[in-house]
Amino acid sequence: MKRMNFDEAIENAIIQAMLEDDRIIIMGEDVHTNRSALVARFSDRIFPTPISEASFLGAGITAAMAGLKPIVELWMIDFICVAFDAIVNHATKVYDFSGKRWGVPLVIRAPCGGGLGDGGQHEQILYGSIASIPGIKILLPSNPADAGGLMLAALQEKHPVIFLEHKLLSEQLLYYLGGSGRNTVKFDVPENGIEGEVPDHWVPLEIGKLKVLKEGTDLTMVSAGVAVHRCMDAAIELEKQNISAEILDLRTIVPLDIDNIAASVQKTGKILIVDEDYKQFGLSGEIAASLLERKLNFTYQRIGTETTIPFSPQLEVKTLPSVEKIVSMSQFLFYGSH
Amino acid sequence: MDAEVLHLYELMVRSRFFEELTKVLWEDGLIPGELHLGIGTEAAIAGVVSNLIDGDAIASDHRSTPEFIMRGVNPSSILLEMMGHPGEESLCAGLGGHMHLFSKEYLMATSGIVGASLPGAVGFALAAKYKKTDNIAVSFSGEGSYNQGHALESLNLASTLQLPVLFVCKDNGWSITSKSSDFTGGNLVQRANGFGIDGISLNGLDVEEVYNAIQVIIPRIRKNKKPYFLHVLVTHREGHFTTDPLLNPKDTLKKYGASITKSFLTPKGANLGKRIKSVGTILSSLMEFRKQVKSKNDPLYITRRKHQELAQEFDEVDQNIHREIKKILERTLEIYGGKSK
Ligand SMILES: Cc1ncc(C[n+]2csc(CCOP(=O)(O)OP(=O)(O)O)c2C)c(N)n1
Ligand SMILES: [Mg+2]
Repeated sequence: MKRMNFDEAIENAIIQAMLEDDRIIIMGEDVHTNRSALVARFSDRIFPTPISEASFLGAGITAAMAGLKPIVELWMIDFICVAFDAIVNHATKVYDFSGKRWGVPLVIRAPCGGGLGDGGQHEQILYGSIASIPGIKILLPSNPADAGGLMLAALQEKHPVIFLEHKLLSEQLLYYLGGSGRNTVKFDVPENGIEGEVPDHWVPLEIGKLKVLKEGTDLTMVSAGVAVHRCMDAAIELEKQNISAEILDLRTIVPLDIDNIAASVQKTGKILIVDEDYKQFGLSGEIAASLLERKLNFTYQRIGTETTIPFSPQLEVKTLPSVEKIVSMSQFLFYGSH
Repeated sequence: MDAEVLHLYELMVRSRFFEELTKVLWEDGLIPGELHLGIGTEAAIAGVVSNLIDGDAIASDHRSTPEFIMRGVNPSSILLEMMGHPGEESLCAGLGGHMHLFSKEYLMATSGIVGASLPGAVGFALAAKYKKTDNIAVSFSGEGSYNQGHALESLNLASTLQLPVLFVCKDNGWSITSKSSDFTGGNLVQRANGFGIDGISLNGLDVEEVYNAIQVIIPRIRKNKKPYFLHVLVTHREGHFTTDPLLNPKDTLKKYGASITKSFLTPKGANLGKRIKSVGTILSSLMEFRKQVKSKNDPLYITRRKHQELAQEFDEVDQNIHREIKKILERTLEIYGGKSK
């Protein structure tokens, strides 16, 4: 075992995969600089693009159909919207339209998430909006080991995958977007997420399997990405109040590991979903519906983003999931009142 | 003409001093998020904005502070917005921030989505034409945005609907770390021509050159209800955003060099000769980025040098604007501080 940063782990897993599989190429804006370490080794496999997401994401689909394995990068997941057609009407449709004869092994890699004071067009996470479309997997790792393992798994998939990389976990993005030259601003960076132990040789993680980060008996917390770390911090607080939370790190949003969520809820009878994405019409509702379909008996609460993420940092912290909110909602769930 | 030069100079200096102030506040941690400054673009923007009338609209991008200041939007409200002050004195109540400034009163809208200024201006122009006004709409965006699908669709839309839009393309030669000549096929003026839109390329560092051309171009747009494409060469003297690592050679090496060096030491992949060549190409191209900061490319310097006879008047403008900005800062901090009491 050795230790690595989150972004280092991803890059490391990509290098391992690129050495083993020469179909892998990388495409996207500024990849010649953002992936400079890869340029040196694989210069003819790195394709920097103009600011033309609709085109290069669309082109990534047919390049994949023709036998390549493109990693198409976006500067941020928010910008997928100008290329949404490529996802909704193409990447996810080709396999079915072709009578399940033609897959699209495409990996879309995009930074996501809030907490850097950048406002509502540069901080969204958007997995819920994408997740409703059948035919695409969505990964959201919370730590370096999962990030590398899931990236390797994504590169072995036969169908489209979106790999989300939370900005608060990436040293490189914090340095670049957070302002390399000022120490006057602090971000709430989860230290167990940005750096950690990784295997000496990457093995692909199974996509669609959650991880129990902490066992507990009183309530189940389900989340992914940075929100997982907020739950862990809240659990310490709750432990002091004799409330024992079980914490599940989804790691993949699609496919959703509903079996293991159900198993935990069966034990605790209570579930709190902590979702950085929009609360309405998304992951939290999906989990509730899936559990109800299984005729489980449980009480339920959720925390999610309900409005446009405000630019103002003091409003932003009130909008995104926070330890404070999680503690308070857990108490509500546990006692039945605040 | 002297009066005009002084007026244009004043617009530029107001924007410059204001943005320099925002830079300091940003460094002090009082402005959150990324900060994209228009320092180096003032001449191009002043030359256009000084020819607008009431009711004209502007759609802009992530680098819009100069046009907001020059159009006359309350500077203190802009500053409070950029500081994320959640109060009614802020331009957008602290909800938008510097990449998402909006002024309903001045018909000014911005977007951090590259390319969005173009459809934005087209819609404003459609409304102006439909309402049978003489107003026009201006789109401000960088050269990088002209590779975005919806930007090109907007050129066609404005052309076919015959709309009074001035598309201003501020070309600094770079989009973040990409050298635009490597990413732009053909020539942008000819590209606009291809959509049936007339266009011209000007030295956007020379405010008089832009102003004189625009004095002819804008009345023509108002009258003929036809779009026009203005390509102006500008610089971003503060880089893509504040503390851009590319402006600091040490940082460039630290950010890109270190990871490159590491990749040299690891086996497999391309052979050594090829590695050295590809790395050399990246680094020397990135170093070119710094040409933008040469003082002979500063629009304020250019104006002052061209009109040495006005040196004293220029100094007076500088002093007045300096006082003005200081007052704005004081007033802003009062409101900002009042809140946190
Ligand atoms: C749709 C979209 N893609 C990518 C980005 C990330 N991005 C922000 S600014 C920028 C470069 C813009 O270059 P240009 O249009 O030349 O404007 P400049 O910053 O040089 O003024 C990019 C790629 C974005 N904001 N929106
Ligand atoms: Mg540019």
